[in-house]
Amino acid sequence: MPFSDSIIFAQFVSGLSRAMILFIMASGLTLVFGVMRVINFAHGSFYMVGAYLAYTVTQMLAGPIGFWAAFIIVPILTCILGGVVEVVLLRRIYEKEHLLQMLLTFGLVFVFSDAVRMIWGVELRMVSLPPYMAGSVNLLGHQFPAYHLFILGLGVAIALAMWLLLNRTNFGKLVRGAAEHREMVGLLGYPANRLFTIVFMMATFLVGLAGAAIAPAVRISLGMDTDIIAECFTVAIIGGLGNVWGALLGALIAGMFYSFGILVLPKYAMAFIFILGGIVIVLRPNGLLGKTSQAKV
Amino acid sequence: MDPSRQEGARSKKRGAQWLGWAILGIALSALPFILEKGFSPYYLFLVIKVLIWALFAVSFNLVLGYGGMMSLGHAAFFGIGAYTCSLLLVKTSCPVFLAILAGPFAAALAGMVAAFFSVRVQGAFYFATITIAFSQLAYTVAFKWRSLTLGDDGIQGIPVPALISTEATYINMYFFALAVTVLCIYIVWRIVKSPYGLLLRALKEDSVRATFIGMRGDRYRFIAFTISALFAGVAGVLYAFLETSVAPDILSWTSSGEVILMSVLGGMTLFLGPAVGAAIMILLSSLVTAYMKYWLFTVGTILILIVLFCPKGVGGFVFDRYRSRAKGA
Repeated sequence: MPFSDSIIFAQFVSGLSRAMILFIMASGLTLVFGVMRVINFAHGSFYMVGAYLAYTVTQMLAGPIGFWAAFIIVPILTCILGGVVEVVLLRRIYEKEHLLQMLLTFGLVFVFSDAVRMIWGVELRMVSLPPYMAGSVNLLGHQFPAYHLFILGLGVAIALAMWLLLNRTNFGKLVRGAAEHREMVGLLGYPANRLFTIVFMMATFLVGLAGAAIAPAVRISLGMDTDIIAECFTVAIIGGLGNVWGALLGALIAGMFYSFGILVLPKYAMAFIFILGGIVIVLRPNGLLGKTSQAKV
Repeated sequence: MDPSRQEGARSKKRGAQWLGWAILGIALSALPFILEKGFSPYYLFLVIKVLIWALFAVSFNLVLGYGGMMSLGHAAFFGIGAYTCSLLLVKTSCPVFLAILAGPFAAALAGMVAAFFSVRVQGAFYFATITIAFSQLAYTVAFKWRSLTLGDDGIQGIPVPALISTEATYINMYFFALAVTVLCIYIVWRIVKSPYGLLLRALKEDSVRATFIGMRGDRYRFIAFTISALFAGVAGVLYAFLETSVAPDILSWTSSGEVILMSVLGGMTLFLGPAVGAAIMILLSSLVTAYMKYWLFTVGTILILIVLFCPKGVGGFVFDRYRSRAKGA
């Protein structure tokens, strides 16, 4: 093997943490699709807005407090923004054809990208980690960046929370029911509009969280939105659109392909996941965990 | 009305039509001289830009409006056409006419690859994702493969033969672009009006029924996508000749978005709607970018407003008005 054990381990953990970010994003995307049958191209834009908001929060509150505050404030802000977008724009086009829905969210991508440029400018922004997060942790005889482990923990926590919400609450039943049979929600006497707003706000909450989590790990820049969105969609497709656990599986595959791909072909590591996505579409058009009935959109 | 009078009316109408075409031809021939001598070469530059994007948008609409396929990465084919032609001219001693043909050919090949994966899937979302992923790939290659494409510096100083374009004037370029655009749009028009074009539309309107009468939907979509990529490549070659430089930006999702907006703005249900949209957008962009720097914001806002309030586009709106008035009269 040309690579040492410690490199393999390090890439494994970094791949996992990347997978967790992708999972948090793709789960929101897939949830919105499953319940609302809306394809939100602006999903990546909320992520970029989240990262920039995290920068602003850490600028206003210096030190570790700002870092932690960002994890609470940012998702709430993106969640509110998501609510506004759903009520003002998306709600008007649920009855229209999918083409128009996609065009609308595609238009939002443009608007958001210039709005971010207006507010935060074109310079790269950085968020610094608290001292105890910036170092590395010794685990099983290897050194791992502490922040990767933190993101990993966050992802696992989100996955658990999601499982509990979907499987152990009435709201979760409603969401799963709506994904199976949308008209039933209304027939059961629950206002579909309210469910849609809540689900969209949940998704934008998650995506804000992903943005806040990625902020200290990267240089925050314009273009983050489109960089992530193609990958995020590919993850959702690999796993099976509308399926949260498919999103988790897809994210794990994408994370691993990226972090090991970067060892082999550093410049084109991103390409692996797209190629894999292409293969999955040819062999299993509904994704690895998707049902046949869900692909008709 | 007796048949002879009807015949007379028809031949009169045909005569008027010929007259119209003749006037249009003279106007189009005189236009560059008037613009360049009377006003400023910049206006002529804008007109050529409109021609190029009109061709791109009309060919794109073969996929979107006629095929019902939401391609979010069509700029990839435009860019591949432009890059292939430019690289051949800059890096090899390839004859010009071969380079011109190679651009659309490469674009069509790339279109086949993208179509191979995308037309087989059911659903607009999957289609959109595959095309956007494909264009991101093309963009990454153009951006990162520095030794071939010069990365984000782009290719500068493409040697364009004087017959097509000279540095002193845009007039040659205008006639070249006009001839190519008109010819290509005419070919697309014939395709749209052919039995194949009608079947493609049937497939879009109701794919289940179309499949029941024995159509192989994926095959029809594959052909439409490839043809569309081919003409997008032609537009890309024209673009390279006009600008004499190409940069990865032309393959980016923003270019794809602009061509989508042109189609939707002009009206994707009309054959020439996208061309109208291209004209509006090019003129608007030269206005907007002169006064403010937030072009994408403008593009996005217009797209959202069109979707919400005027989904048939400006062209469709005017056309409907015209038709209902004609019916009323």
